[in-house]
Amino acid sequence: MERTRHSIKAEHIMIWTDLKFALAGEGYVASDDLAVALQLALSLGRPLLLEGAAGVGKTEIARTLSIVKDTQLLRLQCYEGLDAAQSIYEWNYQRQLLTIRAAAEDGETGKAVEDRIFSRDFLLERPLLAAITQDTPPVLLIDEIDRADEEFEAYLLEILSDFQVSIPELGTIKAVTRPIVILTSNGTRDLSDALRRRCLYTYVEYPDRATELAILKARCPEVEARLADQIVGFVQRLREEELEKTPGVAEMLDFAAALMGLGIADLTDDPNVLHSTLTTLLKTQSDQANVTREVAGRIAGKAA
Amino acid sequence: MSRITKFASRDPGPAARMAGFIAHLRENGLRLGVAEADIAMAALTHVDAIHPDESRRALRAVCTGCKEEAAQFDDLFDSYWMDMGRVRQKAVPTAKAPASDDVHSSLDAKGADAGAAGSATAPDGADGEAASDGTGKLIATEQRNLARKDLRDLVSPEEIAEAEDVARRMGAALRDQGSRRRIAARKGDRLHLRKTIRASLATGGEPVRLLRKKRPDRTRKIVALCDVSGSMSVYSQVFLAFLAGLMRADTTADAYLFHTRLVRITEALRDKDAMRAVGRMSLMADGFGGGSKIGPSLMRFTDTYAKRFVDGRSVVMILSDGYDTEAPEMIDQALEKLRKRGCKVIWLNPLKGWADYEPVAAGMSAALPHLDIFKAANTLADLASLEKDLATL
Repeated sequence: MERTRHSIKAEHIMIWTDLKFALAGEGYVASDDLAVALQLALSLGRPLLLEGAAGVGKTEIARTLSIVKDTQLLRLQCYEGLDAAQSIYEWNYQRQLLTIRAAAEDGETGKAVEDRIFSRDFLLERPLLAAITQDTPPVLLIDEIDRADEEFEAYLLEILSDFQVSIPELGTIKAVTRPIVILTSNGTRDLSDALRRRCLYTYVEYPDRATELAILKARCPEVEARLADQIVGFVQRLREEELEKTPGVAEMLDFAAALMGLGIADLTDDPNVLHSTLTTLLKTQSDQANVTREVAGRIAGKAA
Repeated sequence: MSRITKFASRDPGPAARMAGFIAHLRENGLRLGVAEADIAMAALTHVDAIHPDESRRALRAVCTGCKEEAAQFDDLFDSYWMDMGRVRQKAVPTAKAPASDDVHSSLDAKGADAGAAGSATAPDGADGEAASDGTGKLIATEQRNLARKDLRDLVSPEEIAEAEDVARRMGAALRDQGSRRRIAARKGDRLHLRKTIRASLATGGEPVRLLRKKRPDRTRKIVALCDVSGSMSVYSQVFLAFLAGLMRADTTADAYLFHTRLVRITEALRDKDAMRAVGRMSLMADGFGGGSKIGPSLMRFTDTYAKRFVDGRSVVMILSDGYDTEAPEMIDQALEKLRKRGCKVIWLNPLKGWADYEPVAAGMSAALPHLDIFKAANTLADLASLEKDLATL
């Protein structure tokens, strides 16, 4: 008895660390907080809301999770004015028109035609409907939910709580499987409390030095240890500067790739080359103007 | 010694402790419902709950909903579960009436004795300079009593009627906000294919009747915040008439006054009798004509009322001269936070009408980067001329 209880517990402990390990195997280094939240989202069947600055790897986590779980990734990119026709379903009007014409020429009318053109064959599934009708639960990524407007949040609430879609002509389509839902937000707009309440939540920070080093090693294994250390140190220092757009993890990887491409072994060697590769990190005109060759050299010197 | 909180032996069990924890979080401003206690318990079965760090991570994922809450959570967790081995006597707090500080009404005890008790009427509150200074207190109180005016002396019914007209036109200008969605409409700019095809079934697939859709007009809500501090008293007449007119013309509008505090006057101004409404407003504007704390008032608005009344379809209109006795950073932070609700922010500054006016007041320059429109407004005519700016907002 005591043993079985123990083993159950051990199983639970393993789960989120396993998940973390599996993600790392696919090149995603997740923080403990994120791994626990993801595990809870999986085991409790709840959507997970990830918030954080652009470029901290919010979208990437969904992609990696779909690889780890060996399932499909369905992505819905949000924008203002996104509506049911683009997010849930739409009838295939062209096909419907052709079918009605063809049926009319064959002398077929009435209910038979109506039933035919309002069947699943004529339904164009958009990501939200597609997500609940898969045989294996897919990962549904609802990206940048803060860009969509409040009406869309309302649609989403209905789907996330009941996992069903009502189509007037067809009836209610119930979820075959529950998708793993991940929502991301850049925090440009407050989300409604109702939506937040339905989701688990994690704020994704910029990775700390050790984590970022691990990310760099996982993604660019060919970078030498010393240079990797310098790159991460440089980027971490750069984030402390007052910048309009703080470089994210993706930018750091671009920076590393650029340095590799130029065959640079030491950041402090040549300030000119360092400055020219900063285009991978600094994405606004004023940031590029503020981080001059001297500033870059100073930061590189401190980081080394 | 273990840092972990001990629980009294009569404690009903883990579920009650969790309920107590959720109540503890709720008391500290986290927005949690009943269902969260359940999910929190379920979440703990999926981690190794013996280890505080794992429980902490799991509960953080369940109980928090935004960045601020996540940052606050560690302390709240520690104060409940890691209370240096102290015994928590009651896991479940006894029910008590929630002390709401959302509503400030002059009917509350604090304001009711305003005329009599000196300390309560000290303009800058208990921590202000005026109250702490010996003689200053008396003088300040006296001045303030002089400054207490009945707003009915300032505003005439004719002006309200005129303002009503202005507000109505302003509302109409704001209303022309094309939605990005389309709905069925008789004279639409696009074909409503879904309806057209449905209708064509009746004519053997020939789309004889073309049904259309268009972008409907969206209504915008006006939220007006009016500064009634001493420096604004010259302009109050116009603005208060405007507020009264606005509330009568637009049923979705929302209005607030602020000086050293923020007061919601929407309900008072909805009174059918225009002059009685203004009378009620003057009762609520207790402290009218005193000092101004713009930053704290805006912050208070953002943290309380804005959460309920301001969304992406709101236009927040601030009527103030920007002379603040508090640090300008507060204005900056408050407006930044307010903008995140997706609203538009308009600042109408009566001083801007002056020749050579530059927004150099620290508060005003802190606010500038967050504003969609920054305009002068001294008279009702000025407000009326805003119409075209609002239309292009």
